Amino acid sequence: MARNVNFELHDLRAVLESPVDEDGIHDSFHQLIEEQTLDLSADAEAYELSELEEGEGRDNLGYLASPSSRQQHGEMQEERTEPLMDQQWSTATLRVLSSMPSRTIGRSRGAIISNYYNRTMQLRRRRQSRPSIRDFAPSSRPSIRGYGGVETDAGVDDERKWRQLVINLQNLPVSDRVQMLRCMPLSVDEKREIRRAALEYKGRRSSENQRVPCFSQLKICVIIALRHGWYSWLSLLSFLQLWQIALKKVSGRFGTGVLSYFVFLKTLLLFNFFLSIVTGFFLVLPQAIYPALSYALKFQGLELLTGGGYFTSTVMYYGYYTNSTLKKDCIWQQAISQHSNQTACHSLYYNMPLAYFFTIGFAFFITGIILVYTMSKSFGQSFRIDKSQGVLAMKVFASWDFKVSKKSSIKMQCENISTQIKELLSELALQQNTMGLLQKFGKSCVHLLAWTMCVGSTLACVLAVFYFSDYMHMDQKSRARVNDTANPLVKEAGLLALPVVVSTINLLLPGFFNAVAWMEEYNSPSTSNYVSIFRNLMLKVSVLGVLCYHWLGRIAHDPTSLGLQCWESFVGQELYRFLLMDFIFTMLDTFFGEFLWRLFSQKALKRKRKPVFDIARHVLELIYGQTLAWLGVLFIPVLPIVQIIKLLCMFYMKKASLMMNCQAPRKPWRACQMTTIFITLLCFPSFLGASVFVTYTMWTIKPSESCGPFRGLNSMFQSGKRWVEELEKGNPNLGWLVWAHTYLVENPFFLFVGAGIFLIVIYFHTQVLDGQRKIISLLQEQIKNEGEDKKFLITKLQFIHEQKRPLSSHRIRGASEVKPVSVPLSLCYL
Amino acid sequence: MGNKQTVFTAQQLDAYQVSSAQVKLYHRYRDLAPQLVPLDYTKEPDVKLPYELIGSMPELKDNPFRQRIAEVFSEDGEGNMTLDDFLDMFSVLSEMAPRDLKAYYAFKIYDFNNDDFICKSDLEKTLNKLTRNELTEDEVRMVCEKVMDEADLDNDGRLSLEDFQHMIIRAPDFISTFHIRI
Repeated sequence: MARNVNFELHDLRAVLESPVDEDGIHDSFHQLIEEQTLDLSADAEAYELSELEEGEGRDNLGYLASPSSRQQHGEMQEERTEPLMDQQWSTATLRVLSSMPSRTIGRSRGAIISNYYNRTMQLRRRRQSRPSIRDFAPSSRPSIRGYGGVETDAGVDDERKWRQLVINLQNLPVSDRVQMLRCMPLSVDEKREIRRAALEYKGRRSSENQRVPCFSQLKICVIIALRHGWYSWLSLLSFLQLWQIALKKVSGRFGTGVLSYFVFLKTLLLFNFFLSIVTGFFLVLPQAIYPALSYALKFQGLELLTGGGYFTSTVMYYGYYTNSTLKKDCIWQQAISQHSNQTACHSLYYNMPLAYFFTIGFAFFITGIILVYTMSKSFGQSFRIDKSQGVLAMKVFASWDFKVSKKSSIKMQCENISTQIKELLSELALQQNTMGLLQKFGKSCVHLLAWTMCVGSTLACVLAVFYFSDYMHMDQKSRARVNDTANPLVKEAGLLALPVVVSTINLLLPGFFNAVAWMEEYNSPSTSNYVSIFRNLMLKVSVLGVLCYHWLGRIAHDPTSLGLQCWESFVGQELYRFLLMDFIFTMLDTFFGEFLWRLFSQKALKRKRKPVFDIARHVLELIYGQTLAWLGVLFIPVLPIVQIIKLLCMFYMKKASLMMNCQAPRKPWRACQMTTIFITLLCFPSFLGASVFVTYTMWTIKPSESCGPFRGLNSMFQSGKRWVEELEKGNPNLGWLVWAHTYLVENPFFLFVGAGIFLIVIYFHTQVLDGQRKIISLLQEQIKNEGEDKKFLITKLQFIHEQKRPLSSHRIRGASEVKPVSVPLSLCYL
Repeated sequence: MGNKQTVFTAQQLDAYQVSSAQVKLYHRYRDLAPQLVPLDYTKEPDVKLPYELIGSMPELKDNPFRQRIAEVFSEDGEGNMTLDDFLDMFSVLSEMAPRDLKAYYAFKIYDFNNDDFICKSDLEKTLNKLTRNELTEDEVRMVCEKVMDEADLDNDGRLSLEDFQHMIIRAPDFISTFHIRI
């Protein structure tokens, strides 16, 4: 879109423009608009090309840059470069300009109403199956066909349009009506009137029966009571809204970017809350009411850290759950005769294994659906089809964060924005310079080196975890063989070693990655963000992968060699330990990394700047913690509650540390896009990995013989199969269920077909997107052409006006006497 | 909690589509001038708070665009707001408001001379407010040109509402930044 910009009359423009201070912003054009709105009858004269006594003011149109090289009319060729700026527009032309439909959209109430009348009409058309031809709105391009004269009766039109809008509104379904009213840019008064009129009209139509029967009066009372109840519930809900004030303080001081971390934490809290309710209600509660027989160990303090000891024989772990059906005590009377068993009471019974299986499955299924829905909604908001660049415009108009209210933060925001604008300008200037080949080569070498270092360190850490876990495994095996009589608690404390190692790696390596990233140079700050997120993700995924292999491949494979009665409880304890260690290390990191570092940098290094809150790293830590929670739900139904407590503590800790020690990030942070990425990361590597782990465990691995709800079965999945078979035995009509189970759920062919169809649908959608992109570019071309039309018509109008009136001296004002006259006169083909 | 319900009549509650947020807003409005704003709004009193009080709210106090915000949402265009205007303002600036509505009002805020177009001078003023006059003349000029280049679709040298909305669609962050928490 390169255009020639004319700087000739730059100085003149500076003189002519309105004063800089925000009070004196009204100029004659604006006054013209005002008087036009007040005096509707004057519109009839709008198109009369006559002069007004007030004289003619200058039009603050700014300048109309010279158009692109599209040739629309040959006559205008030579004068293309002459901008249509600072012309002496006559009052009449100004009147015409001010009545143009595009000008009036935002200005007058009548225009808004007419606009929304059209919209409601379209909506009605869409809702009805067969619209009448009269309902079709006239095409957007005005044709002269329907117009006899050029006068419009603006006053009558307004009222009619208002009434028609009301009629349209009441014919729409309630949700559409509400939506339409919400969108209208009118004041609350206007909306209230329209809403009242819409309801009134409706009421008037059905007011044939004057007498309201008793029943509907009761109905009305009930509805009003419900509505009052709803309002009081809403006010209670706002009282319960978690952390409203805290989030406001954070956003007021640090802006939307840092706020997104806390909002993400709140989302995770809701997920865990849901999970804990489901498992608590269906698993923990029944088992707690009917406690299984177990030997109780004494409670010692270390259990909170290791998760073992006293906790092993509580509801906390998988091993505690019984594999029988919980029955309420009642007397069974078995008939001795040939008749079927008669039960004296039809008691409540609760099939624990089945409940366990289905609860976990159901919880994961619902969490998956909620995640995918959130992800797609967030994606829809942030993904844009057309790849046009409008970076600077967006920076100017969409980057000011209105949430920030603290004075120092606002000052910092202004500085950040001006820095970013300067950077963008220099980037644009640099784009013209091409980088030398040597420079490019040097840059790619540095990138290669950085990547090698990161991947190498990740690999080294993963191998370290692998061998260390192997060592622990061997150590435990040998101890089990020797039948070690050491204090079991000490033994369990020794098991804390692996979590400590993993947490240390998770703490130190991201810092190393950041250091490596310093020496690299990226084209844009978002690229560096993505690269650092990817590296951190790679590290965490590989560490978790090795751990999963350790648990499932080593421990579950051969539990007896370790002397374990119940490998599931052991794995559950491991996960608990990992979660806890993660929390403890985060606490230490917050204390040392932020608090002490700030003291150090301010006192010792004498720097004024506080450490920056690294949003990406903290969110990835949250995702890692949540993955552990999801991995462990199968083995510890109580784990979501532990995770909730952990998240609550983290919120307050991070907030306190933030307020005391940190400052907002200086680089621009695209909150919307980043939130989408984080939710995607939560869904794909994190949730998907956890569900694959759980599914694999349920499907393939043999549960322990002596503990848990699935003891004695070949796999956890078998409990569901058995139940289906039992159902079939009891009721032969349900044979199709078994059939469905064998051929659909267990058959891989069906899954392949399903996946294939899915991929085809995705392919079609991408093609549709491509088509839409093409349409967008065509429409942009069309808009440009319309702009050309408009300019042409304006100049032609002015020219005609000039021709009709004699040249008078007071038409010309200011320094630009000669030039504007030359433009119309050269168009002398008329 | 019982008090809050008698502030408005049932009809008014209906009209405002009152949520707890709006009752909260009413109390914020009242807190600005307790002696001017009555406790009972059922008689629909005609109370208008002057701009100085509105501009002293902690959420708006240091915002460089506060005067424009107040002017756009006030009936008289001077920044003196009735309760209706106040509720309007915060409902548009809330999380729930649709993007087009926000874009419409943002356009009006950035249109300093109220001529329904964002011309170069409006752009320059916006830029100066954003950066506290830290950019040099040259830089301001270059930025204005580039912005016109990028955003002006119909090539008339100024941004109309459609141009602005088209650009805002491409900025998904707009909804989260054009938002004041109350």
